Amino acid sequence: MSLRSTARAVPQLLRTGLAETVAYRAEFVVWMLTTTLPLVMLGLWTSVAADGEFRGYSSPDFVAYYLAALIVRNLTGSWVVWQINDEIRRGILAMRLLRPVHPFVAYAASHVAAVPLRGLIALPVTVILLATTARDSLTHDPLQIALILPSLAGAWLLTFAFLFGLGCLAFFIDKSMALLDVYFGVFAVLSGYLIPLSMLPSWLPTVARWLPFRFMLSAPVEVITGRELGAGGAAQLVALQWGYAALILALALALWRAGVRRFEAVGG
Amino acid sequence: MTAALRYPRLLALQLRVSLTTAMQYRADFVVEGLMSVYWVSWNLLPLLILYADRPSVAGWDFPSALVVIGWFVVLRGILEGAINPSLVDIVERIRTGAFDYVLLKPADSQFLISTARFAPWRIIDVIGGFVILVIAFARLGRTPAVGDLAAGGLLMLAAVIVMYALWVGVVAASFWVVRLDNLTYLLGALFDTARWPVQVFRGAWRFLFTFVLPMALMTTYPAMALLGRIDVTTALACVAGALALAIGARLLWIGAVRNYTSASS
Repeated sequence: MSLRSTARAVPQLLRTGLAETVAYRAEFVVWMLTTTLPLVMLGLWTSVAADGEFRGYSSPDFVAYYLAALIVRNLTGSWVVWQINDEIRRGILAMRLLRPVHPFVAYAASHVAAVPLRGLIALPVTVILLATTARDSLTHDPLQIALILPSLAGAWLLTFAFLFGLGCLAFFIDKSMALLDVYFGVFAVLSGYLIPLSMLPSWLPTVARWLPFRFMLSAPVEVITGRELGAGGAAQLVALQWGYAALILALALALWRAGVRRFEAVGG
Repeated sequence: MTAALRYPRLLALQLRVSLTTAMQYRADFVVEGLMSVYWVSWNLLPLLILYADRPSVAGWDFPSALVVIGWFVVLRGILEGAINPSLVDIVERIRTGAFDYVLLKPADSQFLISTARFAPWRIIDVIGGFVILVIAFARLGRTPAVGDLAAGGLLMLAAVIVMYALWVGVVAASFWVVRLDNLTYLLGALFDTARWPVQVFRGAWRFLFTFVLPMALMTTYPAMALLGRIDVTTALACVAGALALAIGARLLWIGAVRNYTSASS
């Protein structure tokens, strides 16, 4: 499993992933359409803001926030927990372990391959809407704009590594899919997916600022909308985000190593 | 045995099977109960934040909005406890041809499919939703009038019928487009819009959620009836809409089954 053989395998893994995504395009689009939460929240808050600003957020601010959240969520979406669970349960994982590529790389490649198509579907409409209705609520700082891409990549890596680790728990407990629900519930509140973090009650915003969930969604959204941030703040945010990503990645890989040792292939 | 007796007995039997299964995982009761409480507070969080600063939104004050969300929680409990569990694996059965076994049984296929599986622990959500309704009326400082209660009950029944009809309709559609097995997930995601009163949405969205995807029929109108804010014509239109959807879903199902050509060898 040398670095060179992995590097050689990655382009083909990406091509396979892309082919899979294209083959299942109908399901793919339907899955993306199930990301309705930001739009539901958008409906509520724009209606609220129509009667005047709400805690500093005007109607276009809310549009900018939730459309950015929609973009981030769609680009960082991951089904790796489901994948790992399924493959452990059915024993297919044994086949994956035989291949001379670390499964993390293989899973990651199939996810990365889906990103272009996800972008193709999610971006045009949302970007046009952002540019036409929420222009003034977006950042205009060129340095900060340059940081959007790194922050998106960091959010993707952090989310993927976290969920990969969550998937690895299937090695240890039977009903780890139920954990995905718990994860989503916590993530939605503490990442700013449900409501902007600053609007959370009492001590929650302070806690949320330092937990990893913020860097999965809120961080890129903050960079895009540029609220109270500036280029320096954005750079700090992205640096912290990548630090978290590295940390979680290391933990997830350790969990994988410990889990694989316990793995007994079921079935043939 | 006459049909009138046979179907209730069949239903009782199917329910018992689901209950026995659920009883094997008694520990789940605690976990699911805690999760329910968490999700209910999760759903309430935006409203709590919102009404901390504002007395009303789109004509809805906090207790009235609580009525909508309480009923939403109940409906969601019914959806995940009694509708989704049965329907979710039917697409797989159509694809593999296992649906044949359902057709072979001497009972109505739609009935058998719809009652195939229940998730009894979801009763926690239903109870939780009714608790929210009680809290909402306690905050309003009154009990609903008898007439409003009757109208509300009727529209709630209509809401359940609308929901069931929509889901059966989507499943029936999967006889033709087998690949789209995640359409029920999409419907579930759209159902999330029903947690706010429909008046919150504007223009095209409100039209969409009232007439194209009848989310308003499912939560807003039953809540308005309970609050005594609905006029007779709207209420009657809701009931008529529910009946029309139910008949449409039934026809779609019959057509779908007739169109079914087994996939097995």
